[in-house]
Amino acid sequence: MSTTRRSFIKTTSAAAVSGFVLGFYARPSGPQGRLLAAEPFSPNAFIRISTDDVITIIVNKSEMGQGVYTSLPMLIAEELDADWTTIRIEPAPVAPEYAHPVFKMQITGGSTSIISSWQQFREAGATARAMLVDAAAREWDVDKAKLTTDNGHVVFGDKRASYGELAMAAAELPVPTAAPLKDPKDFKIIGTNVKRIEGPSKVDGSAEFGMDISLPGMLTAVVAHAPVCGGTLVRFDASKAEAYPGVVKVKRIATGVAILAKDFWSARMARDLLEIEWDDGENGTLSTESLRAEYSALSEKAGNVAEDEGDTAGALAGAAKTLDAVYEVPYLAHAPMEPLNATAHVREDGCDIWAGTQGQSIDQMVAAQITGLAPERIKVHTTLLGGGFGRRTNFSADFVAEAVQVANGESVPVKTIWTREDDIQGGYYRPMFLHRLKAGLDAEGLPVAWHQHLVGESIMAGTPMGAMMKNGIDDASVEGAAHMPYAIDNRRVELTNAKKRLTVLWWRSVGHTHTGFVNESFLDEVAHAGGHDPYELRKKLLADEPRHLRVLDLAAEKAGWGTPLPEGRARGIAMRKSFESFVAEVAEVSVDNGRVRVHKVTCAVDCGIAVNPWNVEAQMESAIVFGLTAALHGEITLEKGRAQQSNFHDYPVLRMDEMPEIEVHIVQSSESPTGAGEPGVPPIAPAVANAVFALTGKRIRQLPIRI
Amino acid sequence: MISLNINGERREVDVDPQTPLLWVLRDTLGMTGTKYGCGISQCGACTVHVDGAATRTCVTPVATVADTEITTIEGLGADAPGGLHPLQQAWLEDDVVQCGYCQSGQIMSAAELIATTPEPTEDDINTAMSGNICRCGTYGRIRCAIKKAAAAMRGEAVTK
Repeated sequence: MSTTRRSFIKTTSAAAVSGFVLGFYARPSGPQGRLLAAEPFSPNAFIRISTDDVITIIVNKSEMGQGVYTSLPMLIAEELDADWTTIRIEPAPVAPEYAHPVFKMQITGGSTSIISSWQQFREAGATARAMLVDAAAREWDVDKAKLTTDNGHVVFGDKRASYGELAMAAAELPVPTAAPLKDPKDFKIIGTNVKRIEGPSKVDGSAEFGMDISLPGMLTAVVAHAPVCGGTLVRFDASKAEAYPGVVKVKRIATGVAILAKDFWSARMARDLLEIEWDDGENGTLSTESLRAEYSALSEKAGNVAEDEGDTAGALAGAAKTLDAVYEVPYLAHAPMEPLNATAHVREDGCDIWAGTQGQSIDQMVAAQITGLAPERIKVHTTLLGGGFGRRTNFSADFVAEAVQVANGESVPVKTIWTREDDIQGGYYRPMFLHRLKAGLDAEGLPVAWHQHLVGESIMAGTPMGAMMKNGIDDASVEGAAHMPYAIDNRRVELTNAKKRLTVLWWRSVGHTHTGFVNESFLDEVAHAGGHDPYELRKKLLADEPRHLRVLDLAAEKAGWGTPLPEGRARGIAMRKSFESFVAEVAEVSVDNGRVRVHKVTCAVDCGIAVNPWNVEAQMESAIVFGLTAALHGEITLEKGRAQQSNFHDYPVLRMDEMPEIEVHIVQSSESPTGAGEPGVPPIAPAVANAVFALTGKRIRQLPIRI
Repeated sequence: MISLNINGERREVDVDPQTPLLWVLRDTLGMTGTKYGCGISQCGACTVHVDGAATRTCVTPVATVADTEITTIEGLGADAPGGLHPLQQAWLEDDVVQCGYCQSGQIMSAAELIATTPEPTEDDINTAMSGNICRCGTYGRIRCAIKKAAAAMRGEAVTK
């Protein structure tokens, strides 16, 4: 632990004066929140213990549905031997001690919350426990080695002292440099099903999302954006909009024309009255068809080499049989349920931002640039996120930056809201990709050569992460395509970074969204062409990969792979290691009037120790639905540079009537925990597409699936 | 002035009569449990009950619901033990929610369903609930929780 108590106190008091120290189970009754009992004991940046036994855990990751407000406190509670019912949480302010241990800034993403906090949070809990034990030992004048802890108490014989009772004394003791961690076999909380801490607030309407922030004098804004990504404003006439009742101001900002009004509806209605001339710029002629043709042509030229094992060209030339295919996936919008929004209050001496954000440090930095204030003058208050899926952070902090621009120069706080149409047409998409593949099979029908050329826009290029690209390879493009786990001796994977035109972005499981579909589908083609069962072929090619094999076998066994199905149904299988976790899925489908129906998905996951198994299960269910939406429906297409979709009527998502039965099996493991939020996504599209092939003989090489 | 009856309370609002009820609830009355998701009656996040019927407030002009009985998520459990409707209790038992943003609307749609159909079939659930989108994919747990709450309301033992 590098945090000193002093720096911790500094950050908490800074948060407290801002008045938005929200805690679950302790809803604020006024702008300053409910006054808690004294919280004298704060051994590190993540824990405060009050004299009335309330343990506050400061969580530095954003809750977007993935369960971090519960699973991260579980790590601390475990080592602290806390009574779970006394735990409450508080979102962390932006401060160095809350930076992501790997990314070195405050950010939630990459399914890394548990991985990156596993050691840090358990150590925080163990340290606090050691100090409480020390305090009791001094009080009782006994050797601390003879004391134990149990459910929020230090125990010695028949003596028991609650952590609250010891808080004052513990606060006076030095923070130990190290405290031993539990043997996993002694875990009492980790590995059990714990319900969400914030669950009650989400069933009675009291949960506070960014959209729900309300401040005295606050205005609400909407912004008219260019209809074409990269388009620029030529001129506008706001006279009609300004005359609309409730409108306070219309102003030009970097991203368009903002309308500030007393409420959302007035701003939204007035926006339609704006007369704006846009210059579409060079994207004004862009269409999906022209991009497909361009990508296809590029895929026939040489690309940057991401992997080159053996002699792929030679092995293809000498193969008993070869296969060729082109796969394509479209742009996708994230479409989280809560439309994008952020509230900002910019003053001469500081700026407060309230947002459901995945990237507080970038928000702070960008807001500092816009306002000219020092970064430490920018306070970011993280609310609950109504879904994220990668959309709520990027290097421009786009929707937060926009809200700060809108509020900059205003005397009151302003909440800027994107409509659903603004979101779907906003140009922040999972990149479109085209993959050209060749495989060579030997006389036994086993693959000996694999050649793959991916073409698409790079997420990293043109951002600060672009510096991480070596030889033109964006790992976020080729992850899962390069360095496949399958034992194929000759492999060459190339990447061509298409000209970057839109603001492409990470989308739940990033590169694996397309490489999962493409590689697992093409491997299915290889299996059928070579006369092998797709499950058996994978087993053979994964003989040296025990964790892959285990989930593959488990999913196949639980799904009854190879057993008869009713007439008109078939199964498909796919698997993927992503975010350090292993997931295999079997989909059972039928086709009715050209419509694919997924009846059942059997999922096996190995994510190391499942900290909260119920939540791991929920994340697999969630990822499967998210991936199925993309497989069956998801598509943003462009015409004259404009997204052709605008809302849920033409950008449909999976609904209750299409929901399959989902069965999740978690591999019991003693390995350190790995990602859970994203790894369930990649296998579902290929599992369904492979099942469609098994049923109909039609190979699906383009998403969304059309029969 | 438009007179509204919300969760048993009389509220007078001075707004354009065409303003959608959603924004009157959220911006005028500060009742933020009812959510904005699409604005075109496609996602169901804004669902409340108007005289007992699940209604999408994002496309309901406020003037059309004057003098009706409006129930929002904030008032759904008012008469139930512990202030929670059996659906809200079942939601908690099954830990249904993830991001939670759509769940007010889901619960309001489900509440109309089990009020009118005490023993809903799979098809009944599909029909009643397919207007409510959840991007976190909690549909399976919603389905279980609806059955559980319906059974509880019929006075039957809860089985999962």
